[in-house]
Amino acid sequence: MLKQACAALLLLGASGTLQAESAFPSTYTPLISAPTLLRNATLLTGEGQRLEQTDLLLENGRIAWVGNGDVPPGTREIDASGRWITPGLIDVHSHLGVYPSPSVDAHQDGNEMSDPVTANIWAEHSIWPQDPGFGKALAGGVTALQILPGSANLFGGRGVTLKNVYSTSYQGMKFPAAPHGLKMACGENPKRVYGQRNKLPSTRMGNVAHYRAEWIAAQDYIDRWARYEAQLAAGDEEATAPLRDLKLETLAGVLQGEIIVHMHCYRADEMMTILALAEEFEYRIGTFHHAVEAYKIADELAQQQVCGALWADWWGFKMEAYDGIQENIALVDRPPGGCAIVHSDSPEGIQRLNQEAAKAMGKGRRAGMDIAPEHAIAWITSNAARSLGIEHMTGSLTPGKMADVVVWSDNPFSIYSKADLVFIDGALLYDRKDPARQPVSDFELGQLQEVQP
Amino acid sequence: MNGFKWIVATLLLCCQAAAAGNTLLIRNALVHTMTDAGTLPAADILIRDGRIAELGNHLRAPADSTELDAAGRPVTPALFAGITALGLNEIDMVWPSVDSAVTQVGSPPMRPEFNVVSAYNPHSSPIPITRIEGFGYSLLGAMAGGSIIGGQGRTVVLDGGYRSFVGEPVLFIALGESASTLAGGSRAAQWMVLEQAIAESESTPRHGDHTLLTREGRAALHAFQRSGTVVFSAHRASDILQVIAFAERHGLRAVIEGGAEAWMVADALAEAQVPVLLDPLQNLPDSFDMLGARLDNAARLHAAGVTVSFSGAGTHHARKQRQLAGVAAANGLGPEAALAALTRNPAEIFGFPGGRLERGAPADLVIWSGDPLELVESAEQVILGGRLQPMRSRQTELRDRYLPTATSLPRAYTH
Repeated sequence: MLKQACAALLLLGASGTLQAESAFPSTYTPLISAPTLLRNATLLTGEGQRLEQTDLLLENGRIAWVGNGDVPPGTREIDASGRWITPGLIDVHSHLGVYPSPSVDAHQDGNEMSDPVTANIWAEHSIWPQDPGFGKALAGGVTALQILPGSANLFGGRGVTLKNVYSTSYQGMKFPAAPHGLKMACGENPKRVYGQRNKLPSTRMGNVAHYRAEWIAAQDYIDRWARYEAQLAAGDEEATAPLRDLKLETLAGVLQGEIIVHMHCYRADEMMTILALAEEFEYRIGTFHHAVEAYKIADELAQQQVCGALWADWWGFKMEAYDGIQENIALVDRPPGGCAIVHSDSPEGIQRLNQEAAKAMGKGRRAGMDIAPEHAIAWITSNAARSLGIEHMTGSLTPGKMADVVVWSDNPFSIYSKADLVFIDGALLYDRKDPARQPVSDFELGQLQEVQP
Repeated sequence: MNGFKWIVATLLLCCQAAAAGNTLLIRNALVHTMTDAGTLPAADILIRDGRIAELGNHLRAPADSTELDAAGRPVTPALFAGITALGLNEIDMVWPSVDSAVTQVGSPPMRPEFNVVSAYNPHSSPIPITRIEGFGYSLLGAMAGGSIIGGQGRTVVLDGGYRSFVGEPVLFIALGESASTLAGGSRAAQWMVLEQAIAESESTPRHGDHTLLTREGRAALHAFQRSGTVVFSAHRASDILQVIAFAERHGLRAVIEGGAEAWMVADALAEAQVPVLLDPLQNLPDSFDMLGARLDNAARLHAAGVTVSFSGAGTHHARKQRQLAGVAAANGLGPEAALAALTRNPAEIFGFPGGRLERGAPADLVIWSGDPLELVESAEQVILGGRLQPMRSRQTELRDRYLPTATSLPRAYTH
């Protein structure tokens, strides 16, 4: 069955998801920047190392070398003595732009609460690029982020990964060549939203029945396209292409392994059900989001190579969040292959991913786990990049990767530490000491005219 | 009306503390006294009958005392968790477990006599979860439900007692954009109905009048007009100035909660001696009332002479107050003033004993693993009323159940 599906998928290339993914392409281009040499800093590479008094060269938008190497003429040198350098932080769960500030009714564009299956919607089409939150996240060292639709629906729609740069259109922010993500949701939210309308799903069993029905439809969609492709291949000139269905196209993209599933799920038992569902329909869960009970199934998640995108300390705001503990991140991280990620889901939290990681590190240590800064930094850099399928491009200080880099005033896990400089593709886009290198959104411009700060 | 109740509660608290009886000596601590004495290195704290009996270097241990070696670690007064619904809210979205607001109890609509204290449940799981992170006090808030007057609350000591209320009664009033629908859609109407309520509280309505208040409500509101503490939720600078004028007109001791734009009117707040409970993480224009939100709000207010404290982390995440303080500290307020905003300042604002470590003060304190503002650090031991609090909560029990990598029986047997 899997082989058949794969063969069908190969044939499908030109018609199915690739067709969708070429729509609304990224128009992002990195800013031109001179080579930059960051001297004598403490580096947390994002891949487990901590390097003291080390130099780092950014050139042509890439990390050129770490340690020693040629310094091209015209290189700008920055003394980073006593400061720390990390990869740019990555948030895998943000609603910036789709639930922007100010959070007025007219800005509530993150949850298409009109049907439990809205796999056809794309979060990017709701993004307001003038959200002041992007700039604040940048000041917190965030260089890339995934914008997701909300969790009212079983199949919420496609997420989009952005570079954290201001642009007039979201396409100018779109992370080039990042895979699409599909937001799905378990538990209370879908059953509450639709149960109140006396509509499927009103229970958790309704949730699962509905997922299964949709996956079956997606398999049929793939088969229809495969038959069409086969007819074409056999020279049948009468063959007519099936009508594109944007919902099923997204689901087919998941079954084909081209779209990464980001599954909002709180309870351990429900996550186990979802893993079994994924086995039934032969697709992969990329990351469980929120997952306040992930610590109960940390070994299973590691074995199945599923990441957990988690909060450091959120709990109790609803029944399914009742068992949240502050050691969740450290426990998900603990087994070999464990993939723990600190996510925000919040315009406040995204500004302080380093502080959230510090909380998790502290509680993990108190529970007896030995967690060094060079290890914990992966929770907000390389593991997040892996979750988004962009780990070959960013997420660590590795030569050849994008020069997405943060210079911190101090150990980034200290409350007193601040992002001094933030580079995206080698371009300095935030400088704490230089207002000319601090973005101001259109919305913020010219407000509070009579006030002298 | 409530005076008697408070006296009873206070008496009970005294007796409860006295029953503790034993003597505890904390050795070798870095003591943040939050008094003029400043921070004392390698100091000892002698605790007797729930109070600090002595504070100094090389204290002599009384015969019956238990000793606790702080090994040079910091000690602070127990922290203030902000305005919360601790003990009034088990789970936000499980509505029947939430008792922090009154919505519909018929007419008249305003219920200043609504007092959340009678709903307080010290066994609610968020309380130990908050306490073991170094928190000793919270102001129980009456949230705006059916009208912009939320009702009354009071500070509670998080020691698990049924009647551990301290300090003055506090009235809560919500203003601005977020309260817009509760008063006719205009903030001018918010002041209109508040003035009407004050006028009603000062007279007896004639039969057939459409009143805002019950007889009990009139009495309750009237009581606050003799220097009663009233917390006004407001962000916009112009609204804050209206609060100052209103409080002055009617003899209220105003406290601003929120205050995203408070820095813009810092001098007026300082002059009127109106304290501000703010959330230092608020730096986004979340509404049109908050266009001036900025990270150094606390620092600017403090520099202008305004008494600052923190609130905004909510009930379940009240322990996040430590992060609020740390972020304020790192954005110009400095660590000492940030600690004062978590300890001494709220005690002064809401009139409860505590918030200082000095002779005679309640022995409500915390031994920390390191800098209490650093998030990698934790509370090692919380002491309330001189008693070592168990450093356990439902969350530590869950942690300990799932910490072992394997168990021979299902984990339901690990307890």
